[in-house]
Amino acid sequence: MRRTPSQTVGPYYAIGLARRDESKLVPEGLRLTGQLLDGDGVPVGDGMVELWDPIGGRWARSGTQPVGSFSFTVEKPAAAGANAPHLLVYVFARGLLKHQLTRLYFPDEQEANAADPVLSALSEDERARLVAEQDDDGLRFDIHLQGDRETIFFTA
Amino acid sequence: MTTAVSVIVLPDDPSFGPEVQVDYPGYRSTRLRAPKRPLVTSPEELHSLLGPVFGEDALEPTDGDLTAQHEGEPLGERIVVSGRVLDEDGRPIRGALVEVWQANACGRYRHEVDQHPAPLDPNFSGAGRVLTDDDGNYRFVTIKPGAYPWGNHENAWRPAHIHFSVFGSAFTQRLVTQMYFPGDPLFAFDPIFNSVRDPESRALMISSFDIESTVPDWGLAYRWDIVLGRGGPRTTPFETDA
Repeated sequence: MRRTPSQTVGPYYAIGLARRDESKLVPEGLRLTGQLLDGDGVPVGDGMVELWDPIGGRWARSGTQPVGSFSFTVEKPAAAGANAPHLLVYVFARGLLKHQLTRLYFPDEQEANAADPVLSALSEDERARLVAEQDDDGLRFDIHLQGDRETIFFTA
Repeated sequence: MTTAVSVIVLPDDPSFGPEVQVDYPGYRSTRLRAPKRPLVTSPEELHSLLGPVFGEDALEPTDGDLTAQHEGEPLGERIVVSGRVLDEDGRPIRGALVEVWQANACGRYRHEVDQHPAPLDPNFSGAGRVLTDDDGNYRFVTIKPGAYPWGNHENAWRPAHIHFSVFGSAFTQRLVTQMYFPGDPLFAFDPIFNSVRDPESRALMISSFDIESTVPDWGLAYRWDIVLGRGGPRTTPFETDA
């Protein structure tokens, strides 16, 4: 059978998909924040980010605020085989006709990240865009839909 | 002479198949938001990865009936929307979380950004969620949403639609899309609908009138099946008749 095509979540997705706070991957853990930005570096205030921990089987989502920010409570997933600990990240927004997939790696896993088959296939500059940054507040992971720092998106 | 409409809607192109054109020029907001780099190929193992599982605890009692979420009944044409969630092999997906949101009968969303000068309905929030049963069936009761204007181009109107978000059993089956109603005169003028360039795939976003599911003296019905990509282990195998 032929697949049903994708369409944008549109500007009003929040009435359907942000009715409940589903932003906690775990009840207590690390704070993960970031900003969703367009090709002009302007915050995307009507986007949505979903996280999936492929090892622990945990899911969460956060709508973006008018300043483009999203916020989660997360825990670092376990490593599996040669794969460094990572979260799978889906990005949705008005103007995005199909959701995009990226991967979030952890800054304190330099050794595992260096050996990870997905990261290893990328250039150093590209790899850096997939590793969250540690700041005083927790982890930070900005998502750039376009531009010089466009996030690395993957097939799904 | 080029008309405004021809700039907004590109000709059919079956080579797109089920894929939407992510940088569709007629939909203005794609310009700064559609990624420009080619996608990096995911490792093969991604396609056997299961996705999130949701249970009844994800649902509120009135989540399947958008006409029963307030003290009074919403205005508009009451409808039943039902169908099945299937994978590409035609196998039903059970336990799939199906979420919907929509405008009210006047074409107004209950969202602070929607300033369309049409009335809000105090008896309609416009959102619901259900899980599919063992045969992949879902069912909502709602009211038929209205068409509404938007700022994409001069005199731009969205055809009436219901937004759908679906989690299949496999992680890569995730889908967000829109369900349209048959025979809408606005189809030819809508860049979002036409961003699916293949006409056969585009047609899969249009529900059909469903006389079987109508409720006499009460409401009409539309049927719409949703086909996700290839499934993981939680899909039901074909039954083989002995």
